[in-house]
Amino acid sequence: MATTDIVSQESSGQLGQKRDVVINDMSIQVATVNGSGSQSSNTVLLRSIFQMGVPISGKNLFPSNIAGLPTWFTIRASKDGYIARKKEIDLLIAMNAETAQDDVKTLAAGAAVLYDEPLALDKVRDDLIYYAVPYDKLAASVGAEAKLRKLIKNMIYVGVAAQLLEIDFAEVEKAIRKQFSTKVKAATLNLAAAKAGFDYAVANLKKRDPFYIRRMDKTKGKIIVDGNSAAAMGCMFAGCTVVTWYPITPSSSLVETMIDYMKEYRVGPDGKATFAIVQAEDELAAIGMVIGAAWAGARSMTATAGPGISLMAEFAGLGYYVEIPAVIWDIQRVGPSTGLPTRTAQGDVLSTAFLSHGDTKHIMLFPDSVSECFTMAQDAFDLAERFQTPVFVMSDLDLGMNNWMSDPFPYPDKPIDRGKVLSKADLEKAGGFARYKDVDGDGVGYRTLPGTQHPAAAYFARGSGHNEKAQYSERPDDFERNMERINKKFETARAFVPRPELMGGGKAKIGIIAYGTSHWAIIEARDQLSKDHKLETDYLRVLSYPFTREVHDFIERHERVYVVEQNRDGQMATLLKLDLKPELTPRLRSICHIHGLPIDARSVTDELIMMEGK
Amino acid sequence: MGNTPTNTPAPALTPVVAPKTNRIGLQVIDYRGGKTTLCAGCGHNAISERIIDAMYEMGVQPERVAKFSGIGCSSKSPAYFMNRSHSFNSVHGRMPSVATGAMLANKNLIALGVTGDGDTVSIGAGQFVHLMRRNLPIIYIIEDNGCYGLTKGQFSATADLGSTLKSGVVNDLPPVDTCAMAIQLGATFVGRSFSGDKRQLHTMLKAAIAHNGTVMLDVVSPCVTFNDHEGSTKSYKYMQAHDEPLHEVSFVPAFEEINVDYDPGTTFEVTMHDGSSLRLRKLEQVYDPTDKIQAVKRLMESHEKGEVLTGVFYINAKAPSFIDMLNVTDQPLATLPESVTRPSREALAKCMEELQ
Repeated sequence: MATTDIVSQESSGQLGQKRDVVINDMSIQVATVNGSGSQSSNTVLLRSIFQMGVPISGKNLFPSNIAGLPTWFTIRASKDGYIARKKEIDLLIAMNAETAQDDVKTLAAGAAVLYDEPLALDKVRDDLIYYAVPYDKLAASVGAEAKLRKLIKNMIYVGVAAQLLEIDFAEVEKAIRKQFSTKVKAATLNLAAAKAGFDYAVANLKKRDPFYIRRMDKTKGKIIVDGNSAAAMGCMFAGCTVVTWYPITPSSSLVETMIDYMKEYRVGPDGKATFAIVQAEDELAAIGMVIGAAWAGARSMTATAGPGISLMAEFAGLGYYVEIPAVIWDIQRVGPSTGLPTRTAQGDVLSTAFLSHGDTKHIMLFPDSVSECFTMAQDAFDLAERFQTPVFVMSDLDLGMNNWMSDPFPYPDKPIDRGKVLSKADLEKAGGFARYKDVDGDGVGYRTLPGTQHPAAAYFARGSGHNEKAQYSERPDDFERNMERINKKFETARAFVPRPELMGGGKAKIGIIAYGTSHWAIIEARDQLSKDHKLETDYLRVLSYPFTREVHDFIERHERVYVVEQNRDGQMATLLKLDLKPELTPRLRSICHIHGLPIDARSVTDELIMMEGK
Repeated sequence: MGNTPTNTPAPALTPVVAPKTNRIGLQVIDYRGGKTTLCAGCGHNAISERIIDAMYEMGVQPERVAKFSGIGCSSKSPAYFMNRSHSFNSVHGRMPSVATGAMLANKNLIALGVTGDGDTVSIGAGQFVHLMRRNLPIIYIIEDNGCYGLTKGQFSATADLGSTLKSGVVNDLPPVDTCAMAIQLGATFVGRSFSGDKRQLHTMLKAAIAHNGTVMLDVVSPCVTFNDHEGSTKSYKYMQAHDEPLHEVSFVPAFEEINVDYDPGTTFEVTMHDGSSLRLRKLEQVYDPTDKIQAVKRLMESHEKGEVLTGVFYINAKAPSFIDMLNVTDQPLATLPESVTRPSREALAKCMEELQ
């Protein structure tokens, strides 16, 4: 099993030819066994390049397992700032005996391989550049106890790779000190290991590959963070007060990180928390608690993945029909069913849009970046409370669990919007209220919170049929009027959800629509299309459902629109078709990826060119 | 109109009797709800009446109460009492999670959950278990009739072994004892009563209001339409013959003068969280309601004997509730202002610095 999706290459004997030097444009893949402690080493290598000022992205391709199965970590360095996954691997660091042969077979000719000497990988193919490293010997020389040697072997490859790529060792040292900031002993040992690798390379390895890291200034002031941590911070700064959840990959780290942040920043000097975070017994209870808390007035949320979304369907319908704000983060993974729990997808779009029985429609937001995970957290809460309805934030594993480079997040500039809530004073003025009456013409009624000390404050929230006064009703006219009003909220929301982002001059014949993490492959693919194929495109990144006016306009202005997404059935394209004028739907064409690895630019470019018949 | 005498003396004033009010100045009518749509004679209606009386007598501010229910006949009943309280009729078997969420949001609420044996013991078994474990402050009442009334009388999981449906079908699966479960799981006030035992239920409800933690009351409440026949063990007739009170329950609320006029030899007294006094006059020699092991044993014995044991089986007035353990602000989380829930610019700057 290998995670590069390149077909095995025939030997093309390119080694004889001198390749041009490649600076700050490469993909490094580290193949290890999970549970071996390679995560720290990979982070150090990633940070070292980042500290050299070179834009990076890191993607962890890991198994659904605690220890002992193969795992791959890919670091992309790109002077042009491309941070999508790149299919081609330029430098393989082969540490896993089990996958090493396959890993080597999938490389393109001319790639470099850094391997553990006993693996004897140089016998597999003769069109690669090999560097053998005696890790066991080096680990022993560092003086680590036997049980730690397995772990520090990983830091040795960091040293070797740094020397080969000509990364300043001072940056490696800095990254190690940051990684082990609270553990002085571990920092010292790991530093010695990295140095041993570096020194070994100086003395024994002759540089034969063309890949170099050279100092740039493109990362100054940037941060590195994963989307789940960004979302956790976003929710904290959005004034979230209740979080209820059930652990599920890849969403667990969102809440776990949030617990850490909230403990640090949301506990008063008296030791009292301005939040409650509760691990529920399952996803049904998690969403039930969110609904209960939101009904009682808390800004409440949960985080889950596809299987959890399926379980939450009934409550999603209750939230929709009883009109209760809720924020649900869906960190999408590969479905259907258990699917590939540790791989990424955008496969929950359609089922979430209409989650639950009867006529339901939900607002969805599609963050593409860690910074949008941060900002959309407030958007989600504000929209949920403004429209008194569940709002789903559709992140994914690639965004949620991988490290991304970003500008620091801006402090929120808009006040928190708690929506239409009547206070005791409001009730004293008005005398009473009708919970589900469309007073303002936007479809959104006024609500009261339990505990409001006014005799007319109470209303009866129920998932069964009700009239404007929240009284039980089976009357056809009551039911129909209520459902139409709820639909009106959805229509009103079109003008309030985040607007799409247009790239390109708007004059091209061909349009591309994408959303979420597919974005990063699209910006690179558009450059490839323009440079390699002289094909100009306009691109609209969709940020939300319901679709805004701009989405319709974009499709109207282009002859053909490619909808690129990471699922099998073209789920966003389907949603668009439901929304579009019938004569526009033939313009949509789907480019879909479902292999569980983050989408890459070259695949999009090739498929689009093929579909264009070029 | 024209010949209306202008000098008619005003009608004699009848002496004005001030309506009876409770300690917060409310009348019993302030605790009433809508007209019931349940069957005449349904045990659930009697339970609603007892709730109204208990809340009135305890002087609970209706606006502080939040009512929760799932799905079924029992879950409809919150519409029939306490109109001045917010209420949430949620989804089948999931009321515990909704109530938990609401209490997280506003710890000052008094949560009252009304559910049935189907809603709790079958579809809701999972959430029931975890509600009990958490010891959430809530009065959780199972209106237990051993059958599914709203879908026309199928057996529920509290139906006794060998009891029959109206059609004669015999139940061949053992029943779940919700009280034994609740005690084992961590509820801190567990009892059983009968909708027809006005005095006992009324007293237990008042004590329930004074308790801090999960009160689990299983109230046998006959279904007059589908499960009140010969062969049913949840009928009025069966209960009248088999109801076996463990003790005589009396309760003195904290706001009344607490006298010490009882015999410790015959009465077990529990001082509750708010200072109220729950008194259990012994009908059996040694029954200590703070002893879990004995409680479960006595319940098991009652099944062997074929009696329906009622009373307060277990109480722990000192255990911290789930909300106590969360150590949240005194002001409800629901209404905390932005100045408290949004950390400062400096906090964000620090978060960002750590990621550079």
